Amino acid sequence: MSDVFYIDGVRTPFARAGAKGAYWNTRADDLMAKATVGLVQRNASVPLDAIDDVAIAATTQQGDQGLTLGRTVGLLAGLPTSVPGYAIDRMCAGAMTAVTSMGSAIGYGAYDVALAGGVEHMGHHPMDFGAHANPRFAAERLLSSDALNMGCTAEILHDRFPHLTKERADAYALNSQRKAAAAYDAGHIQPDLVPVAAAGPEGWVSVTRDEQLRPQTTLEGLATLKTPFRDNGSVTPGNASPLTDGATVALLAGADAVSRHNLSPAMRMVSFAYAGVDPDVMGLGPVPATQKALAKAGLTIDDIGLIEANEAFAIQVLTLLDFYGIADDDARVNPWGGAIAYGHPLASSGVRLMIQLAAQFAQRRDVRYGITTMCVGLGQGGTVVWENPHYAGGN
Amino acid sequence: MQDYDYTALIEATVNEVVTRSWVRDVTLPSGRILALITLDNGQQRRPNTLGPRGLLEFAEALDTVARRAEAREISGVAVIGTDDVFAAGADLGLLSSLTSRDRALEISRLGHAALSRLGALPVPSFAFINGTALGGGLEVALHAHYRTVRDGVRQIALPETYLGLIPGWGGAFLLPNLIGVERAVKVIVTNPARNNTMLSAHDACELGIVDVSFPTVRFLEDSLAWADAVIGGASVARPHRPGRVERTITWEAPIALARTALMSKGSTPPTAALRALDLVSAAHDDNADDAFRREDDALADHIMSDQFRASMYGFTLLTKHSKQVSGAPDRALARSISRVGIVGAGLMASQFALLFLQKMQVPVMITDVSAERLESGIAYIHEQLNRLVAKGALTADERARCARNLSATIDIAHFAPCDLVIEAVFEELSVKRDVFRRVEGVVSSQAILATNTSSLSLDDMAEGLAHPERLVGIHFFNPVAVMPLVEVVRGAATDESSVATAITVAQKLGKSPIVCRDVAGFVVNRILAVYLGEALKAAEAGASFEDVIAAVAPLGLPMDPFALMDLIGITVSAHLLDSLHAFAPTRMHASSRLHELAQHGGFGKSEPGTARQFTEHSRALFPTRADAPTVADIYVAVTASLANETHIMMEEKVVHGVEEIDLAMLLGARWPLHLGGLTPYLDRCGASERAFGATFHSPPICGA
Repeated sequence: MSDVFYIDGVRTPFARAGAKGAYWNTRADDLMAKATVGLVQRNASVPLDAIDDVAIAATTQQGDQGLTLGRTVGLLAGLPTSVPGYAIDRMCAGAMTAVTSMGSAIGYGAYDVALAGGVEHMGHHPMDFGAHANPRFAAERLLSSDALNMGCTAEILHDRFPHLTKERADAYALNSQRKAAAAYDAGHIQPDLVPVAAAGPEGWVSVTRDEQLRPQTTLEGLATLKTPFRDNGSVTPGNASPLTDGATVALLAGADAVSRHNLSPAMRMVSFAYAGVDPDVMGLGPVPATQKALAKAGLTIDDIGLIEANEAFAIQVLTLLDFYGIADDDARVNPWGGAIAYGHPLASSGVRLMIQLAAQFAQRRDVRYGITTMCVGLGQGGTVVWENPHYAGGN
Repeated sequence: MQDYDYTALIEATVNEVVTRSWVRDVTLPSGRILALITLDNGQQRRPNTLGPRGLLEFAEALDTVARRAEAREISGVAVIGTDDVFAAGADLGLLSSLTSRDRALEISRLGHAALSRLGALPVPSFAFINGTALGGGLEVALHAHYRTVRDGVRQIALPETYLGLIPGWGGAFLLPNLIGVERAVKVIVTNPARNNTMLSAHDACELGIVDVSFPTVRFLEDSLAWADAVIGGASVARPHRPGRVERTITWEAPIALARTALMSKGSTPPTAALRALDLVSAAHDDNADDAFRREDDALADHIMSDQFRASMYGFTLLTKHSKQVSGAPDRALARSISRVGIVGAGLMASQFALLFLQKMQVPVMITDVSAERLESGIAYIHEQLNRLVAKGALTADERARCARNLSATIDIAHFAPCDLVIEAVFEELSVKRDVFRRVEGVVSSQAILATNTSSLSLDDMAEGLAHPERLVGIHFFNPVAVMPLVEVVRGAATDESSVATAITVAQKLGKSPIVCRDVAGFVVNRILAVYLGEALKAAEAGASFEDVIAAVAPLGLPMDPFALMDLIGITVSAHLLDSLHAFAPTRMHASSRLHELAQHGGFGKSEPGTARQFTEHSRALFPTRADAPTVADIYVAVTASLANETHIMMEEKVVHGVEEIDLAMLLGARWPLHLGGLTPYLDRCGASERAFGATFHSPPICGA
């Protein structure tokens, strides 16, 4: 058994999905390859042929996300042909699953160095597009019609937890935007962005920032937004993550590789877990996943100094915080904002959480443990517990 | 653009597809701002080209960024194209539509005025060559201070002289001053003359045309980061920039060498290439203003020249033909070919086998009358496969695949599963008839039968066949691997499906097919027979070989008639002339002296290191006489006979149109592109009028 380390991670700036987004004319596999080149270039002490495997996630694995991404991206990025790769899918937790799968292989001793990441070009691949749900789901009521629509599952969370009101969701969303804007102003986000040159209708552009940040957001403005998933609902485009294009990738290594290649680990993987819930309330997934992962690690939520929770919907993060009795605006939670501000390119988001947690670890020598956690369509959650190698004891 | 008034030019070019110049600010890694100009004509299938409106917009964009640079709002400027194209140069269609030298001079000046603004910017300027950069497109890049290239780009060139133009938007001056005169001559003159050879990104780096190449995956991102470093002061080496010695002492030598090479290729030399050399020669003083004025004049002259219009005609024919063969049946009628039989194992047959194995990658079976002949054929094919592997033209895997697909048999019954059988046996009607009769006995009634005959009639050959409709001619030229032309011959009985199949096969073999009727000599040999026959007729009348050569030199053919006959073989040449004489005794000359010459070798002899000379035997066989026709007489006779025969071929509907004859001569006889093929030349020199009182083309293909 080897310790598993997260060495580094980068991502493309996240862009608005659709024809008005910066990446409309850019292929998903090219985005992923650009991120991959950015990662290996800045970790040049790792010889490319030392990479044991490449796992790349995408929710919709067809078109420019087809053909076994881990392999195509390796070839497109100019990795040696000797480096293998595969594609992986757990919807929104795709990149997280890529990291835990590669981490498992490293922990077992099969691998020394691996790349794990994810891409989702939601402009080219609208959610559920081309999927053909088994008729048994409806006939045998295995899934409600709401369960296939993520916005509807978020509305059900509001039904189930009436004290988690739309107002609290809006306030949470506003805070996410403000924290993200502050993080940008402080220069916390930019170092891990790989600029992307993209062809637009009026010439090439260089995308160097996330495209969908809304620092001007106000509570008043949020209150006026429509609720597209049901009349008189609570979920709005303002308190949910926007449809997004983007790619992320992380470099993982075992203890031997760390010393051989002279690497500086940013995080140590302590434990991870995935857990299922009723698909109607998929947003609850992080609760049992976190419970399992903490139990495996022999930790409690009180040991966790930083929480990077994916903000698919504000309400869905609130259910996790509510479960653990954490305040909506607790400073440990998404200190630099979350997916409501940055966007959520489904299968790539898991590594974005890790990128932000790793950057915070470097600044927070007082924090020993953190988690990255996210909900997954059809009723799942995933949580990874990380240890901060920079930890220097309590305050 | 206050320098000149371009209103008339704009009015003369209403069909311009405008390449826009989109300007976007880009933040570099250091935080500096660079203005990125994207050239984009908004078309998916048509590359960016430059016309007056596009040039004016480009100039205005540069004026705007220049002002912003003065105001320190931006630290650099870069130009890039879209998709796989940077810019493919001037819009040649527009240039060839100009009918006044004034307009031609205006577009030359406008090109200079617009492009030179890139080099005059007060901040560093860059060209990011993302794709094809040809002619004026590459000249855009040359005006920039620095250049990057995407490492997958394969089409970088200054092809102007190939098309009868000159690199007259700065290229003839900027390139030698960037990479040295010898390298510049290679790019401006030698490569275009070598069948329009283009440079890869790697070549362009080696030559010093571009400063650095980056992988495709992050080409623009890497280019921007590199530009950032350069703006920040990183130095860029220019190892090939000419120094004082080159400028003052060695400058002329490569130019003289190239000029000699051009002049040796027939006496209608490509004037554009010569003018380009003049410009390169004058560029040694590094004075851009004077150089650009010279380029303006030279470009205007050549836009209006015969050779540019002729080149455009020929080039357009070649380009269109590669997509659609005129007079060809619907390609949907073509049958699929999955197994090929070749009758014969001689040199021609073995070359066929090699080509089918390599290009069609189907099983190929060869047969011949003896095991010895088969063995030597097989040995030849293996030897050639090995040679291709050694050259790097074939991988070991591909060689193995070819070898596995090759088989040989004495027993023609083994040809039963073949769906195409081509013969390359002795050129004798009874032999070929016998071959097809035996083949027909074993193959299916759907199998295509093809003959490589050059002199026999398909209709004669088809006699006695149960299914004459599937007999088609596929006439290759020697050497098979090199010559691009294939004449697909349609006999009286040949059906559309067989013709369509033959065309598809020829294209799969990488050849350019033309379709012609089953008439003696088809196209190329019939016209060459006139050319050779008239030359011999003049020599027999007492003209010296030298006078004959001088007389036909303006046709610009790569070989004089006597050298050509030596190459083809004197016996084969005599046979060709005899068979065409039999076909048209009054028009086609047969030479008994040629048969005599065949006993003694050929016309010429050449010893290593010396020019080709005529043998005493050939001199004796063709003695000169005082009353011999003059050079001028011979020229008139040859061109009139060519015009007359071509006119008759059109009346006989040997081919679909006169364009096919020009294609055949461009591809099959290496007629020079700058003369536009046979018929535009015959029109221009007056031979068409003399021969049949009209012209092949109306209006004639010539300058204005």
